[in-house]
Amino acid sequence: MSITRDDVKKVALLSRLQFSEDQLDQMTDQMGAILQYVQQLSEINTDDVQPMSHALDISNHLVDDLPEESFPRETMLSNSPNSDGECYKVPAVLGDG
Amino acid sequence: MSLLEQSATELLTLLNHKKISSVEVTTAYLDQIQRYDDQVGAFLRVDRQQAIAQAETIDQKRAAGKEIGLLGGLPVAVKDILCTTGETTTCASKMLENFNPPYDATVIKNLRAADAVILGKTNLDEFAMGGSTENSAYQLTRNPWDLECAPGGSSGGAAACVAASMAPLSIGTDTGGSIRQPAGLCGVTGMKPTYGRISRYGLIAFASSLDQVGPLGRSAEDIALLTEAISSHDPKDSTSVDHPTVRYSQSVKQPLENLRIGIVDEHFGPGLDSEVQSAVEDAIKTYESLGAKVKRISMPHSKYAIAAYYIISSCEASSNLARYDGAHYGYRTDEKQMREELQQEQAELTKADDQVGLKNLDSPLVRMYRKTRSEGFGPEVKRRIMLGTYALSAGYYDAYYLKALKVRRLIREDYDRAFEEVDLIASPVSATTAFKLGEKVNDPLAMYLVDLYTVGANLSGICGISIPCGFSNQNLPIGLQLQAPPFEEERLLRAAHMYQTATDWHQRRAMLSNEPK
Repeated sequence: MSITRDDVKKVALLSRLQFSEDQLDQMTDQMGAILQYVQQLSEINTDDVQPMSHALDISNHLVDDLPEESFPRETMLSNSPNSDGECYKVPAVLGDG
Repeated sequence: MSLLEQSATELLTLLNHKKISSVEVTTAYLDQIQRYDDQVGAFLRVDRQQAIAQAETIDQKRAAGKEIGLLGGLPVAVKDILCTTGETTTCASKMLENFNPPYDATVIKNLRAADAVILGKTNLDEFAMGGSTENSAYQLTRNPWDLECAPGGSSGGAAACVAASMAPLSIGTDTGGSIRQPAGLCGVTGMKPTYGRISRYGLIAFASSLDQVGPLGRSAEDIALLTEAISSHDPKDSTSVDHPTVRYSQSVKQPLENLRIGIVDEHFGPGLDSEVQSAVEDAIKTYESLGAKVKRISMPHSKYAIAAYYIISSCEASSNLARYDGAHYGYRTDEKQMREELQQEQAELTKADDQVGLKNLDSPLVRMYRKTRSEGFGPEVKRRIMLGTYALSAGYYDAYYLKALKVRRLIREDYDRAFEEVDLIASPVSATTAFKLGEKVNDPLAMYLVDLYTVGANLSGICGISIPCGFSNQNLPIGLQLQAPPFEEERLLRAAHMYQTATDWHQRRAMLSNEPK
């Protein structure tokens, strides 16, 4: 399974990243080398093996749904790159804004 | 003996007996930072006044006879990946250059409650991704033992500052070896606790099933104290376990009888530097002289650990770093410029009557995300996000991510089987001593292989420690790694202390000078 430049372009869009033509070439090579390295995992028979996504045997750790103090608005806006004092301002999510 | 030469434990005794003040200790370390950190680059930020003010508060508390926390006025440096209110936390990234967390990480809360003085924030590989600290967006950190060499990573600053006597204790994080490897390369003691032992609340996430916060210091005795101070069950971290805190500082000096130490066949082979092998073998002989029995064991899936790790950690990172989009906090690209560029592109596509191109043109929002992230993240971070996104995408998920999770279980089972026969696994922490700065930056895969001995512990969730066990002919430190079953940090610390009473590698200091070279 080798990765093409086109694949890399598609993945860049999914990752919300963008690359220059040179960077795309470099990324294609580097990703190709890494993917080649990880191919070795296909040597192992894992037919009867359960995937392990967590080190601990805890699951569905629940907490009571009790409301607590939240942060004040100004605190939440204080790191914002662009706000109007009430909301975060971003380019339009819908439409052409 | 100067304050810089005393261990954290010795300093604490002096502090508790009021022989010295926290202001004196803190000042001694701040002065050392001032003298040498322009050469080492361990710290991203030190606020001298703030640190002294913290120390003064603790001295006043002590003078007033109030109860003092476990760390009693000791200065501690913190890797700049834990949220600290009132100051920035950058993760050594441009993305978070001016980010002021609105809350303290639980570990920071625990440090403050224990009356530690937070000395400053240390340098790291950006978002903890790297093995040399060269991926920091801000500065290089140099190995105090040889300034042309890397300190290791990603907790390079945390390891270097202890090695350079700029802090008696420091806090790092370990996702694939990022405490243990730099500890080994810098000649200090560092431990990755069991997953879930220490709260991750306020730890800026890289790979959530692998990340752990841990201590670095000059000795097992010193880091036992720090581990005790920062361990807690935290309801805010659903992966934090509800075990009672162990009094590590009380038990660390008790030796272990009848230790069974495992040496893994697969750990000793081509690629392992002969001086490292020699030092590790000597260390194992030292354990035998202390009454331990050594057994050879096999962990057949060891060689697949790096591949599994890089898939799993990149996949988790691609998800965790999706939040950096310039919307709510952190860096945002110049919107005006972005819109101008888009308009330009639109005009060109229209002129060329490229309907497909026009249809696929980024919306302003998407372009904002793409430019923000491309400008805010460094190359290694982008590489891992790309890898992770690819491995999780439709058509590849089973072959890569799911496969890696299955191999992870096999690796864990290797450990479980090993620990039925032995109490500890001993190995090198790194195949080589510190490499030269710049040596591996152009070869991402070569850089990934520096984690060979350490990723297994993160994948399986167990605990591991790195302790100094010798020096190369170039006077570069060599580290011994010990690994123990889940929640056996006490065993690790006691075994490490045993070694440190029989040897003095951990007492050697890197000497820096201001003499012109």
